[in-house]
Formats: sequence, C-alpha cells, structure tokens
Amino acid sequence: MKILVAVKRVVAFNVKVRVKSDGNGVDIANVKMSMNPFDEIAVEEAVRLKEKGVASEIVAVSCGVTQCQETLRTAMAIGADRAILVETTEELQPLAVAKLLKALVDKEQPQLVILGKQAIDDDCNQTGQMLAAVLDWGQATFASKVEAQGGTVTVTREVDGGLETVKLPLPAVVTTDLRLNEPRYVTLPNIMKAKKKPLEIVTPAALGVDVTPRMKMLKVSEPPKRSAGVKVPDVATLVAKLKNEAKVI
Amino acid sequence: MATLVIAEHEHGSLKGATRNTVTAALRCGGDVHVLIAGHNATDAAKHAAQLQGVAKVLLADAPQLAEQLAENVAAQVLAIASTYSHILFPATAHGKNVAPRVAAKLDVAQISDITKVDAPDTFERPIYAGNAIALVQSSDKVKVITVRPTAFDVAGEGGNAPIENISAVADSGKSGFVSRETTKSDRPELAGAKVIVSGGRALGSSEKFNELLVPLADKLGAAIGASRAAVDAGYAPNDWQIGQTGKIVAPQLYIAVGISGAIQHLAGMKDSKVIVAINKDPEAPIFQVADYGLEADLFAVVPELVAAL
Repeated sequence: MKILVAVKRVVAFNVKVRVKSDGNGVDIANVKMSMNPFDEIAVEEAVRLKEKGVASEIVAVSCGVTQCQETLRTAMAIGADRAILVETTEELQPLAVAKLLKALVDKEQPQLVILGKQAIDDDCNQTGQMLAAVLDWGQATFASKVEAQGGTVTVTREVDGGLETVKLPLPAVVTTDLRLNEPRYVTLPNIMKAKKKPLEIVTPAALGVDVTPRMKMLKVSEPPKRSAGVKVPDVATLVAKLKNEAKVI
Repeated sequence: MATLVIAEHEHGSLKGATRNTVTAALRCGGDVHVLIAGHNATDAAKHAAQLQGVAKVLLADAPQLAEQLAENVAAQVLAIASTYSHILFPATAHGKNVAPRVAAKLDVAQISDITKVDAPDTFERPIYAGNAIALVQSSDKVKVITVRPTAFDVAGEGGNAPIENISAVADSGKSGFVSRETTKSDRPELAGAKVIVSGGRALGSSEKFNELLVPLADKLGAAIGASRAAVDAGYAPNDWQIGQTGKIVAPQLYIAVGISGAIQHLAGMKDSKVIVAINKDPEAPIFQVADYGLEADLFAVVPELVAAL
C-alpha cells in the first residue's frame, strides 16, 4: 500500500511571533522554521506502518515556497521514500491545498493519506477534512491510534469527552493528534541518505489547480494584552483576594 | 438569506457550545435555523426550539445519524445548504471534524474558530496560538464558519420556534462507528465550567494529580483541566488538555497548579476572567498572565488552600 503524507513548513512552535506594525501580517523574516509538529507525527506514523510491512512506499508532499524542500528532506530523513513539492509563492489557503493534494492523489493513487490535524501557524484544522471531501473519501480525524489491515483502517480518535473508534474502508484520509506517536529523532546518516532521495517539483498550474485565495486578510493585530497581577505571600491572602477583590469564590 | 447552526447534542440534550454558536449566528444577520442531525434527538430539538432568536429547528432523525459520523452529518447539511448564506458550527471536536467537509463540498473556504463577527462577511479569528488576531473577509457566496464558544455569550431561553422534520440522508458507507470510551465524570464540562482547576507536570504522577486537584475541584465545584505536559505524561486523560490544539476555556476563575505556561497553554486559557497561578518557579511565564500568583511548593499550599476554602 502506498501512503501519501502532507507536510507544511511553519514557524517553529517555540517562536513567539510579532505582529508587524503596519498590521499587514506577522513578522516571519529570520525566524526559525520547522515542519508542523502534527505533520511530523503523520510522517512518523507512515514510517511505522511501513516498518510493520503494511505500507510499501511513502510519498511526502509539501505545497509552498522553494524552502519547503528542507521540510521534505526532513520527512525523507524520518523515512519517506520520495517527495513532491508543489512550488508556488502564492498564499495557499486550506481549500487550495486540498485541491493540490487531490491532483497528486489522482496521479499517485495512494490508499491512505495522512496529514497533521492542524497547522500551528494559521490554526485552521481544515485541510485533511477538505481533502477527504474533494476525493469523496472517508475521513478519520484527530487520530491517537491507527491500525491498517485488509483494506480497512481502524482509527481511535480524540474527541470531546474521551475517545471514539471508527473503521473506514480504504482509501481514506487520516489526520493526526498529538498522542498518536512520538516522532523519532532524525540521525545524521538518515539526513545524508535523504539528500539522495528523489524530490520532484511541480506547479499548481501544471496540476490544473486554481489556488486563488477565497479569504482576504484585512488586518492582523495584537491580541488584547493581559498584564501580570500581583504575587500573594500566602494562601490566606490569596483566598481573601479571591473573595473580596475578585469576588469569584 | 438565513443562517444555519449545526447543533451539537448528546443523549437528547443540547451541548452548551450550540447556544454560543446561536449567538454568533444572530450577529450574521437573517433568520437563524438550527439543524439537529441525530437519532432519538427529539428532546434536543425541543431544547433548541426554546433558544432565543431561533426561527426554526430542522430535525433529521435516523439511525445512520446516531453516531455523528462526519460523512453522514456533512451530507445532511449539504442536503439543505442551498438556502443559507451562513453555516455555523461550534469549534468543538465534532464541529471541526464536519465543517471543512461541508465547505470543500460547497467549494468555499472555511473560516475557523471565529471570535467576533465584524460584518456578515468579515470576522476576527486568532492565529499563531492567539498571539495575533486576524481580521478576514470572505468572498465566497456561502460562509462556512466554526465559532469559538468562549468568545460569544450563550443564547437565552424563552423562544418557541417550530420544529420541522426533514428527511435524513442515506448512510455514506465511507466510515463506520466501532466504539466510544467516554470519560465519566460528575464534574461540570470544561467548556462551560465557571471554575477550572488545572494541573501541570510539576504534580509528578497521576496519583498526586488526583490527590491534590480532586479535593480542590470538589470544594470549588470546578472542572479539572491539564497542560499538555501532564496529559503526555499520563497524569490526565487527553480530553482534559487545555491549549492551542486542545480545549479553549474562559471560566470566571482558572487555577493553574504547577503549570509553567507555555504559549500553547496560554492560548487555551488566557481569556479566563481571573487567573491564579501556583508555581514554585518565580520565572514561570504563567505569572505574566496571572492576576494572583502564589510562588510556593504546590504540595504544601494546595491542601492548605482546600482547608481555607
């Protein structure tokens, strides 16, 4: 079985972004970029399925600027076999990415597509579900356990109130939650190996996909600031303040 | 054109987030209709009909809708979507699962996790774990939206909308329900709790997590939450996680015990009215958002706090 994994290049999770003073966006010049953490979990899961003998080939895909090649090299260092970059400098919104991925799915014919549930930059949580929709496939989102065998995939999902298990006929789309696995550290030999793996570059136009954004970002602003309050010396003072000052107990 | 709210419900009762979503819907202009897709969900429909501002409740009741599978619920929404200018879901695990499927099938963008309706086509939403607020304008004919419940008040009761039965879509066959493990609890739900007691990795073990936080939560009638570190370490179940990719909460009182306050955690709780932080590290970032900080050993002061309440 072939697995397609989608990965996004984002501002690293430990960077606190700054809103640009002109309100035109956030300043991401010279900040550390990395693979979206949920996508790393997606790659790891695909690699584990290959190690179990369930998957035969893993294709990593990214959509965006030239530098996404680095993200794809990381995916291949974790264990993806080859990579495809849909290269564009256009702003890509989730619906456009879903359509680009569909075009690649039509070409590559994977049985399973694994994506992160959410990118930590735009926090949209849409692409996987949208891909399932445009492919007219089933979807299992927010996965904390994935078992694929005999033409089906059984997925335990993190939902409000607990866990839910669903079973889907393949092909299907799965999106990962935090506790699906812990991605391995990439080793230097694997980084070297990844440099030799094939990386194909295509364009949205070549895939026949219109990526025009449907939403316009009018302004980006700072959230209301929450200022630090006071330190209290002991429990008695804390209780008194909560009762008399804040009046919340 | 009217606005459609997709209700979230369970065992015949409406989930709280639906009521906040109705409030957001009323800001979009036009009549507000509520769709209840489920099985044996008449009571939930009756409850929805009582929400103030709701003009009509649509009830699709069939076994294939019982488990709220994304493929079937999305198809049910699509079956009636053509008459609506806005389709709103609560930004809960369920809403987030279904809404993008509906949007993509309609070939429109989805606007995630809105915190404000500026105009019927313009919305505010947090990005980068709430470190920036984006004002976005949609050019699509239908706006498919998920609503952050904590950003909108709950809709009041006292309405009396008609309930219309609509025919249910057939089972898609694209996914099947196997089982559900629900964390049983008599406590209030995190999403709507007035008080939340939340624990971090500093609690050290699952036993200590419960030993310290349960009595405190009991005293305050509070829900219990956790940081990602505490959940990853197995001290608390996954659906207790508060943060950017977990639950977003905004109680009257949030007590963070042994939580350092990573930006991802702050994203989930910084809209709480009053924040109390108990941590022995004076440099912990949680103190920068806390109204009241108690720099102390939690194992000593939490029992003391329980006794003092």
